[in-house]
Amino acid sequence: MSALPEEILHLICPLHLLLDPTGHIRQAGPTLHKISRERMEGARFLEIFEVFRPRAVTSMEQLLQTEGRKIRLRLRSGVRTPLYGVLVSDGQGGAVINLSFGIHVLSAVRDYALTSSDFAPTDLAIEMLYLVEAKSAAMDASRSLNTRLQGAMVEAEERAFTDTLTGLSNRRALDTVLERFKRSGNPFSLMHIDLDHFKQVNDTLGHAAGDQVLRHVARVMTDVVRQDDIAVRVGGDEFMIVFGKLVLPDRLSEIAERLIRRIEEPVIYDGQTCEVSASIGIAVTAGPVDDPAELVEQADMALYASKRAGRAQYRFFAGPPEGDIPAQLASK
Amino acid sequence: MHGLILRTFQVFIEDTYGPKTWGDIAVGADLDLPAFEPMLNYPPETYSALIGAAEQVLGKPAEAIWEDVGTYLVSHPNSEGLRRLLRFGGVDFIEFLHSLDDLPDRTRLAVADLVLPELELTDSGNLQFGLRVGDGLPGFGYVMIGVLRAMADDYGALALLDTEGGHRGEQILMITVIETAYAEGREFELAANTGGSEG
Repeated sequence: MSALPEEILHLICPLHLLLDPTGHIRQAGPTLHKISRERMEGARFLEIFEVFRPRAVTSMEQLLQTEGRKIRLRLRSGVRTPLYGVLVSDGQGGAVINLSFGIHVLSAVRDYALTSSDFAPTDLAIEMLYLVEAKSAAMDASRSLNTRLQGAMVEAEERAFTDTLTGLSNRRALDTVLERFKRSGNPFSLMHIDLDHFKQVNDTLGHAAGDQVLRHVARVMTDVVRQDDIAVRVGGDEFMIVFGKLVLPDRLSEIAERLIRRIEEPVIYDGQTCEVSASIGIAVTAGPVDDPAELVEQADMALYASKRAGRAQYRFFAGPPEGDIPAQLASK
Repeated sequence: MHGLILRTFQVFIEDTYGPKTWGDIAVGADLDLPAFEPMLNYPPETYSALIGAAEQVLGKPAEAIWEDVGTYLVSHPNSEGLRRLLRFGGVDFIEFLHSLDDLPDRTRLAVADLVLPELELTDSGNLQFGLRVGDGLPGFGYVMIGVLRAMADDYGALALLDTEGGHRGEQILMITVIETAYAEGREFELAANTGGSEG
């Protein structure tokens, strides 16, 4: 070491220590004075620092054996910031140790109020602090964008007219369509469809199987109806189809029969066969409609009649219920 | 055009002139949405439309507006995060000037797709400096005048700034540092005092 004046170390290694052969500190870098309340010069190194990796060190002899390897240590008093270090023997029984805060530089800067001049000009500590602040600012901006986008997505879903599972229209779309028919005064008919045995599929084979069945039913409906008709999933396993300008009972019967037959085709899910059927109630406008909800109610009543009559069939609504007598229903 | 640049312009207008003025400029620039997202990209023509509308609404030439943006970035409380990032460049104003060459790279470290014009500092001695500002972002030279003036204040230095046009959209800034410790300057601690988010 005699080739270099020891003061040089103060500038290029502000976290260095020079040790005597006895293990006492002869010189400590300026930044070390900021992190220790005790005077370092003259004190025994191992009384001020605890070396705990690669293994606990208790004597100068053991300390010298770590030469060239990364050691981990911390101050025995105060904040006890963890430090990294490397020791090089000075060839005369003593040693030079250089320390670094490593990944703990953020907390060290805060705990000891360090400034740029406490680090060597070549040290990347300042760049690291810069990067941490810059990245957390960028991350905050990204996070707030994500939050806003999520809010926008929820809002868009609320305004959507499509049922995300089946791709059919949803209840909101149905309301809009019915409102349009009310305004135009055009004749139309409504089919209210409720799946039979769907609950069993869900309960025994799980929701994924149930979802597959719902998608199958949606495909059947899209196939069977005309392009301008509107098939709606109104919820759970309930569907509604609006047929514009179609009020002929024969034609509607034909469609209902075909729907039931096609819905009854088994669906294979994960090697298991899922079988459902459908009950259908049909209501037809007799003239301009004041309240579309009335027609929905009629289709609903016809649907219940189908259910009561043993499921897997369709019924037309044929008039309001009278007293205790069940709704008068035209059978198929 | 990077959303961060447009967003900066937006918050500058909002913080300096109020949301109503920003609304007028957004209408003047024919924006679809009157707010920019800092982490999204926008069509390049948005920038020129925005500057044109701001000139109209504020009744000021673009150069003066850009300079005000630069000053705002360093001195407004809402922009404290950026001022801190700039202060990491050096312990005094001279060292800060010498760190300017690295500014576009430092920016890219933080936001990978934000490309700023090249900066090159020449030290002519006697505390006279020249800063060549590359092309690619119209007005960036004027923004830098505002930034440098405010950073000189921040460090407590006294500096004179002037500009001349260079070749093909380049700009040369001339910086004369009269005194490095003219005033107290603003405090800067390495550790962010909140320990949490900054920005």
